[in-house]
Amino acid sequence: MAKIHTPEELESFRKDLLSRKDPSRPCISICAGAGCIASGADEVIAAFKTEIENQDLQAKVDTKGTGCPGFCERGPVVVIYPEEICYLQVTAEDVPEIIEQTIKKKKVVERLLFEDPATGQKVVREPDIPFYKNQKRTLLCSNIKIDSKSIDDYLAIGGYSALNKALFGMTPVDVVGEVKKSNLRGRGGAGFPAGRKWEGSRNAEEKIKYVIVNADEGDPGAFMDRALLEGNPHSILEGLIIGGYAVGAQEGYIYVRQEYPLAVKNISLAIRQAEEYGFLGENILGSDFSFKVIVHQGAGAFVCGESTALMTALEGRVGEPRPKYIRSNIKGLWERPSVLNNVETWANVPLIINNGADWFAEVGTEGSKGTKIFSLVGKINNTGLVEVPMGISLREIIYDIGGGIPDGKKFKAVQTGGPSGGCIPEEKLDLKVGFDELTKAGSMMGSGGMIVMDEDTCMVDVARYFINFLTDESCGKCVPCREGLRQMHRILTNITQGKGKQGDLETLQELSETAIEASLCALGKSAPNPFLSTLRYFKEEYEAHIDEKRCPALSCKELIAFYIDPEKCSACGICRKKCPVDAIDGAKKTIHIIDQKKCTQCGTCLEVCPSKFGAVKKISGEPVPPPIEEEKRTLTKKQKASVQ
Amino acid sequence: MSDIQLEIDGKPVQAKEGMTLLEAARGAGIAIPTLCHHEKLEPFGGCRLCIVEVEERGWTKLVVSCVFPVKGNIVVRTRSEKIDRIRKTILELLMAHAPDSPVLLDLAKEYGADRNRFEKEASFCIHCGLCVRYCAEVKKKHAIGFVDRGIRKEISFIPEIAAKECDSCKECFPLCPTSYLQAAFVLTGSLSFPSPAQEPPSEE
Repeated sequence: MAKIHTPEELESFRKDLLSRKDPSRPCISICAGAGCIASGADEVIAAFKTEIENQDLQAKVDTKGTGCPGFCERGPVVVIYPEEICYLQVTAEDVPEIIEQTIKKKKVVERLLFEDPATGQKVVREPDIPFYKNQKRTLLCSNIKIDSKSIDDYLAIGGYSALNKALFGMTPVDVVGEVKKSNLRGRGGAGFPAGRKWEGSRNAEEKIKYVIVNADEGDPGAFMDRALLEGNPHSILEGLIIGGYAVGAQEGYIYVRQEYPLAVKNISLAIRQAEEYGFLGENILGSDFSFKVIVHQGAGAFVCGESTALMTALEGRVGEPRPKYIRSNIKGLWERPSVLNNVETWANVPLIINNGADWFAEVGTEGSKGTKIFSLVGKINNTGLVEVPMGISLREIIYDIGGGIPDGKKFKAVQTGGPSGGCIPEEKLDLKVGFDELTKAGSMMGSGGMIVMDEDTCMVDVARYFINFLTDESCGKCVPCREGLRQMHRILTNITQGKGKQGDLETLQELSETAIEASLCALGKSAPNPFLSTLRYFKEEYEAHIDEKRCPALSCKELIAFYIDPEKCSACGICRKKCPVDAIDGAKKTIHIIDQKKCTQCGTCLEVCPSKFGAVKKISGEPVPPPIEEEKRTLTKKQKASVQ
Repeated sequence: MSDIQLEIDGKPVQAKEGMTLLEAARGAGIAIPTLCHHEKLEPFGGCRLCIVEVEERGWTKLVVSCVFPVKGNIVVRTRSEKIDRIRKTILELLMAHAPDSPVLLDLAKEYGADRNRFEKEASFCIHCGLCVRYCAEVKKKHAIGFVDRGIRKEISFIPEIAAKECDSCKECFPLCPTSYLQAAFVLTGSLSFPSPAQEPPSEE
């Protein structure tokens, strides 16, 4: 490929690319994102290639390994264009049938289609699946259309036209103005207006400036940025180059966590391709603007997602935050003006430049514009990535898109904003999703993690879990975070183990205040949120643990006991055989008893006890009834088990 | 360098551009407690004890004075109910490590901190980093450093350097507010410094 030297050359190259594409030609898109690969997408892709070769169909059909379309629950996902037929949970064995039926005979393979659990109806086209239908996918929609390793694919869907427009149709100040006008707010957590951040750097006196992509996505259960980097790396790169032009930077950095090998590979390849095509390097597309991009791999510290720690790590030092009373956009990397934005923020930039600020701002609430990607995980039917307009309610996300809670369980809370976010209860489900709205509810937008919890989840244990995560990830520099979280974790652990005492909640609140007010960086300042938000909405659970030594969700092991109801036990013996610690005593025709001293509360007996007996009970906060007297343990014929 | 006018605890204070709030206050004879600060060292901002309240254009916020650059027309309060409460909690957290440190005991008296509020920790290092930073910044020897991170972070002498440099220096010893440093030094010495008696005989 020869370098593209002018905007005209780019557009004629694009025309040429498109003229060689036949839109009616079948294309099989297979998700090659990390989630689907884990479910066997690689074998499916290989099987398609082999089958197409065997049948000598290379000239008639294309195959593509694409980025993540989001429906990870049902991966590997295969979409066949131009009809957009969507097959779910495809295995290599299904491939010959798909080729035979769908590609050759233009027939749909019914059994691989999505089936609406409510109506039992099959859905053929991808956009008609409720999971997708209720989303607004402006960023993620490209993932399934392009081969994530092909710059030509990106160009074919209009890639780098925003760069073209910015470089030759707009001044840097125009670009900053457009981003400002769109009111794009940072997708990484804090929601700072990107345009204002850019403007600050643009106006800073220092000549050398940097633009940086924060791809150190570390929230448990969150993988939005990974999907974008893996699936559509050029969109982020294009955003970054435009950002570099706007603020007057000469260099850009992509700080990506090492735990994302595919993302590192795809973005590195994208950079090489962009250099080859002339979208990076000296005099981009023949303009005066020169720019280069460097990939830096993070070593696995969660705190390096914090802006000052990230920059310290980029400088080659230990990734610890530094005191920041002057913003990074004025004094950041190597003390120079540095614009740091999250992956998703950068990916929005080309769209804003191409379609205009007004187009972007049409969607959303007063304070939060555009769409937001969430990773919907936990106790939810449709696990995966969802892109929704700001302002949608949590209820719509969880029930209309997520398909509700599995196994008929009751919804309890949704945790948003990552480990230092908060838990939002049922009564707030109609809350509109937006930066300010979530903060007001005691949680935060964060980078877009959304963990759904059902009635079996103990909220004290949830707080303990997240505080444990944050204690582990504290860099250890400042006292309120390092020592405060250590003590908070200890007290919360005690509470979940039935060792809570009066005054614990007050101590936790005081430690929270100290961490919020006095910590050095955002990690410590937001770390008490999991405790504070669960205390706000689920105080009675804390009190039950402390005052009654009872776990209302029947989840905390030290506070629960398993007990076999002698009235219901039929001596089938299943629980006795499955118990991993031999804690169950019994024999044929003899009612079973759990030895409470041996029991480890693993719950196996409850799981295996046949539902027609339902003899095993889980209790908390009450004494275990004394075991049935020895002479009464023999079952009469009538009661005898019919299972054996 | 231009003069900057500000107010600390109701007292007008003159400061120079580039100074920290802590320097300005101490220059005017106003005391602010610190544990990780040292005039010869770069500001660290680790212990957070020097937290103060700053009022600027009607907005009040808490800042850490050892790293906050002075500004004109601000009103600073070095004590308030909230500040005292935070300092008390910080001291109590540190006393879980070093309940007998004279420096901490003095401060605990001032702020009403209970040395036994939290369960005791095994290590009595409070991670002020004075030893590590003094050795690196002033002596430029790097004989002692931090190892590991977060709640597992510890100071550790590097035996190869410490065996050569420390005996004749030990300037960091009096800086340590808990004498953990001396203990660490003795431990490192006895575990890994070459002892003259045990050295293999020379090959002459």
